[in-house]
Amino acid sequence: MSVHTDAGRRRIEELLQEHEGRVLKRWLEIAVSSTSNQVDRGGLADQLRELYQSLRQSFGSSGDLSDLRGLLAELSRDRARQGFTPTETAVVVFGLKEALYETVEEDGSPDALRGFIWFSRVIDDLGLFTVESYATAREKIIIDQAEQLLELSTPVVKLWDGIVAVPLVGTLDSARTQVVMEKLLQTLVDTGSEHAVIDITGVPAVDTEVAQHLLKTVVAARLMGAECVISGIRPQIAHTIVTLGIEFGDIVTKATLADALAHTLRASGVRVVKGGESRIAVRTVEA
Amino acid sequence: MERVPILKLGDILIVSIQIDLQDMSVLALQEDLSERVVATGARGVIIDITAVEIVDSFIGRMLATIAAISRMLDAETIVVGMRPAVAITLVELGLSLGGVRTALNLEKGVALLNQIENQTPTATW
Repeated sequence: MSVHTDAGRRRIEELLQEHEGRVLKRWLEIAVSSTSNQVDRGGLADQLRELYQSLRQSFGSSGDLSDLRGLLAELSRDRARQGFTPTETAVVVFGLKEALYETVEEDGSPDALRGFIWFSRVIDDLGLFTVESYATAREKIIIDQAEQLLELSTPVVKLWDGIVAVPLVGTLDSARTQVVMEKLLQTLVDTGSEHAVIDITGVPAVDTEVAQHLLKTVVAARLMGAECVISGIRPQIAHTIVTLGIEFGDIVTKATLADALAHTLRASGVRVVKGGESRIAVRTVEA
Repeated sequence: MERVPILKLGDILIVSIQIDLQDMSVLALQEDLSERVVATGARGVIIDITAVEIVDSFIGRMLATIAAISRMLDAETIVVGMRPAVAITLVELGLSLGGVRTALNLEKGVALLNQIENQTPTATW
């Protein structure tokens, strides 16, 4: 580091100390005006003051930025959750340059200007770090949501004694099918159900991969001694399946869940009849 | 070498596998079982694999072989109590155990045997 840069750096540190109040005020103004979102002015002012202190401390002590980075990461995380854009988040950091520049210009000494270049580089680094933390925070949110979706989307419901159903809603991928398969098979064991209905009314599209997953599930259930019926096949999907040349073999498929229920009831020996007084009479035929 | 016990219940033979199967014990089981089927005139064999946690293609083939042997001797084989993880593994291995009947548990296995017997008039005597 040359003597000039050292002098410049010292000058910037002095300026930061002397004009703390003014620079902070200007910084807050820039930060607030940079976003269209509603911001908590008091909270932001506190945050900026903390950042400012931490920045000055890091200049004082051998340039250790870990504290400052911690604060910035926190700021980015908060902003990512509150739905700010990455630009809005980064501009908060870059705003300090503008705020300080006005002071530097007034000072006008070559040392201050030289120091400003150095200062500017530090702030650029910190700004990039902010954007990175922002992206990491957003990614984490997305992963969390995907996991929650996975948990939400796989209920196994009991339709009748010995008959369970899995209403599938949304796109099927390998991960989801795995979860569905495991949950369905476990439920078959737990409830001792011999019949299962997989309803794909809510599945927007069936390609060879999805069909493969469905077939695997059915075969696995068969290995355990339970029969699976696939229901809710819409006309377009039937068309697609035939066009793709997917063979469902001897697996029973039905158009609606009602048909599938009727089929499984018959298979498990339950007879549904229309009665006079009572609307439904059920008689179980011993196998 | 551990031997798998074969239990007789009425005219059904029950094999409950509770050990890690080695090649030798499987071969011994196949021999023992075919002898017992002939000796007792059993009409059904139930293989209970509730306790089996790990399967490979060897065990898959073993089950199919036992089923084929028993069928030759006019006894229906039913595999009961397969765990979900085992079923998934077998499917991933591409084994669907064609020709082997399955049931969720021992009770349902026995019910299935009775049902099969009722459906086939030749089995009455």
